Amino acid sequence: MKPIATTRSATGIPTGRLAVWWVIVSEIVIFGGLLASYIMHRIGHPEWANYSIHTNIYAGAFNTWVLLTSSFFAVCAHNAVEMGNNKKAAKLLMVTTGFGLVFLVVKFFEWSHEIELGYTITANTFWSFYYTAAGIHGLHVIAGMILMIWIANDVRQNKEVQRVELIANYWHFVDLVWVFLFPLLYIAK
Amino acid sequence: MSEEQAAAHENASEHGEHHDHTKHYLKIYGALLVLAFISFLGPEVGPTIGEMLGQPGIGRAIVLFTAFGIALVKAYLVASEFMHLKMEKKYISYLMFTSLAFMLLFFSAVAPDVLNHQGAIHEIETAEGIITIPQWENIAAKAEIQRVLEQSGAAGNH
Repeated sequence: MKPIATTRSATGIPTGRLAVWWVIVSEIVIFGGLLASYIMHRIGHPEWANYSIHTNIYAGAFNTWVLLTSSFFAVCAHNAVEMGNNKKAAKLLMVTTGFGLVFLVVKFFEWSHEIELGYTITANTFWSFYYTAAGIHGLHVIAGMILMIWIANDVRQNKEVQRVELIANYWHFVDLVWVFLFPLLYIAK
Repeated sequence: MSEEQAAAHENASEHGEHHDHTKHYLKIYGALLVLAFISFLGPEVGPTIGEMLGQPGIGRAIVLFTAFGIALVKAYLVASEFMHLKMEKKYISYLMFTSLAFMLLFFSAVAPDVLNHQGAIHEIETAEGIITIPQWENIAAKAEIQRVLEQSGAAGNH
């Protein structure tokens, strides 16, 4: 039996895609709340400038390139599935996952270095925000990667191909969050 | 993607025809990379321009614009082109703006307490004369700001 998300479209939008939009809308509140709190504290605490100079802008910029590139491959996967080329879509999803892995590896080395220098999550409120925001974002990257591997496996067998668009939209949102995290945590010194 | 392209895409989708949009996505990706590079250059170039003009404020404005102004443009491109929000039913955009509006409401309700470290100043008449005291005061925040700024000032003097 096919999942209801693939067979019903009561609102004029396939139910699966509508559900992903709702996920994204709720994520806007989650990340928006976190970032709004960060902005408020950053403006109210001029001393945070002394902490933010220790974040590595080169690592942040490289990861921005990684996520933008991964988003490009995700949209190409969606394009491929619309063209009926499911095998190519599965491959492109795996490439996107690979870029997600590169992002996490960079984050691992970046955090390891910062923790070694004593900038831990309990050091002060700035680092607490830094690890919380980037950590929650990192968890979304991991979740996206797991889902993409699962979906790529299905799509390779010509199953549930509509999910490529759904995971691509989720992945673009993860990229979009980083678009704001990068200037907030790495540029605004 | 232009409105004509969007309409063509929707029409094609309805009839089960699909066109290869890789070239279009490549253009958007290129634009995103250029914008990301500009936001990376902002903190390197902005302060220098400010110093050259003798106006540090201009340098800061350049950094802020290249960081956050460009982030908004990048977000728009990702949402409208990669997520196809332009071609999606309008109420999805309304949903997103509603959640953003609630965020703004949260921000404006909480910001005065977080951005300020003391409340409005009250004048109280006492036997010794009129004294002024803030309605409320975040002593810990004030102390922390002073401690770190003094510490960094002392480090800068050495």
